[in-house]
Amino acid sequence: MSKIGSVGIVAPKSMHFDTPLRLASGAQIGGYSLMYETYGELNAARSNAVLICHALNASHHVAGVYADQPKNIGWWDNMVGPGKPVDTNRFFVIGVNNLGSCFGSTGPMSINPATAEPYGASFPVVTCEDWVDAQVRLADALGIARWAAVMGGSLGGMQALSWSIRYPQRIAHCVAIATTPKLSAQNIAFNDVARTAIQGDPDFHGGNYYARGVVPRRGLRVARMIGHITYLSGDDMAEKFGRAMKADDYAFGYGIEFEIESYLRYQGDKFAEYFDANTYLLITRVLDYFDPARTTGGNLRLALAPATAKFLLASFTTDWRFTPARSREIVEALIANDRDVTYAEIDAPHGHDAFLLDDPRYHAAVAAYFDNIGREVGI
Amino acid sequence: MSLRPDLRLIANWIVPGTRVLDLGCGDGALLAHLRDEQQCRGYGVEIDDAYVLECIKRRVNVIQSDLDAGLRMFSDDMFDTIVLSQTLQAMHRVEDVLRDMSRVASHGIVSFPNFGHWRHALSLLGGHMPVTKTIPYQWYDTPNIHLCTPKDFEILAAKLGFSITHRSLLVEGQLVSVLPNLRATLAMYRFDMR
Repeated sequence: MSKIGSVGIVAPKSMHFDTPLRLASGAQIGGYSLMYETYGELNAARSNAVLICHALNASHHVAGVYADQPKNIGWWDNMVGPGKPVDTNRFFVIGVNNLGSCFGSTGPMSINPATAEPYGASFPVVTCEDWVDAQVRLADALGIARWAAVMGGSLGGMQALSWSIRYPQRIAHCVAIATTPKLSAQNIAFNDVARTAIQGDPDFHGGNYYARGVVPRRGLRVARMIGHITYLSGDDMAEKFGRAMKADDYAFGYGIEFEIESYLRYQGDKFAEYFDANTYLLITRVLDYFDPARTTGGNLRLALAPATAKFLLASFTTDWRFTPARSREIVEALIANDRDVTYAEIDAPHGHDAFLLDDPRYHAAVAAYFDNIGREVGI
Repeated sequence: MSLRPDLRLIANWIVPGTRVLDLGCGDGALLAHLRDEQQCRGYGVEIDDAYVLECIKRRVNVIQSDLDAGLRMFSDDMFDTIVLSQTLQAMHRVEDVLRDMSRVASHGIVSFPNFGHWRHALSLLGGHMPVTKTIPYQWYDTPNIHLCTPKDFEILAAKLGFSITHRSLLVEGQLVSVLPNLRATLAMYRFDMR
């Protein structure tokens, strides 16, 4: 039995797909595997399934812990579980690791069957839409014709939007948190700094570092540091760290003296231990390329016209990475299309990271929305 | 669920099957009623977190925003009716919002506390800003920055070219016919904006 509030011990699964997947670039990937986890039970009508899409650095491990890693808690464990906003007593929840990621799904670290070597730099650039196309096959294999909801924050929200546009008949509700209809020049600029740091690391070797037994740690570290700065609000950082120093006085050198430096280095070091550099390049490109209105002359309303789902959008006032204004663009387009849409703009202090935290207003809104979904499907 | 009397009167002024925007929709009770009983479709705009949550629970399409920005999110001619239920008095740019309403809808419904109520006049004669059941705030913490009387509102409506089609002056949800400008606590108007 799982503890109240947690799905408890979970086990990841892998599913292989033999049919090649045609990608937006025109390339194709010949056969691939996706890691996934499930929580709760699929009901007899197969109507209570919820897909959770991950953002840049997360995985299929959404909730619970592993038997051999009791401290490895799922990245959205505060959102998904028994009695939580996405209640696993009612919903069958699936977390999936996307194509090109580095948590067991086919990606740059995987062996390319054509060469018997890791893909490395030769792994094709994929898009948000490619990810969704890959996820469709997992839904098919699990017998889920229509999701009660597809949900995600940030890049995960982009996938939820993609689902609503590409597979409108397969998604009843789209829950997109702290997301954007496309990256701004500033967003792309930050991604480029991260990629430049990785590509400039002498251990990068053009992306083919696996065979050499090295990891471009320094580049990854900088990439994570810059990313992390954009996830926090200035106020939040000021409150957590301010100008606090490790020692009482300046050392008049260039070592780690301020607490914020120490924190960012620690985050960077930790990240460089588990995250793959090629995946970082790939996923930041997925972010850069996401722009559903690109095929409709920049008109987001037309881009969202195929979507028939009901929408819940939420944003956070201090999120300067994907500001509330970006969510409002989506809301406006949906209203213009006469879609059912609810939009919560949460006055939370934690910047972009707020979508992973448990602000009570945010969680209450999501819980109430999912309660309605549950009633709709009779659970 | 029984609807508050003043909201019921507003609902009676809305043609079934039409599209409604409720600016400052509160807990969403009016929109839920219009959806369930009058087959209307619509959206609500609300800034308050607790009210937004109530709207979600009622399955009302709610957009969390202040009213000025909220109205801008809607395109031209999207609605038959815009409702401003006891909201007008707390808005910053009343005239601009009313004018922009005519862009988005053809009919408006407005209700507001009557500042011309005799108790308010009495308070002022006694040297104090009125604090009553309808406007239960001290002068220093009131959200009501643009209070008016029915006559004042009618002058602004005329200035904006709105033609008033219905007017109700109420006490405790009941119509007042004798000395309404002094005795009503709530004023309600329906008007054509084009």
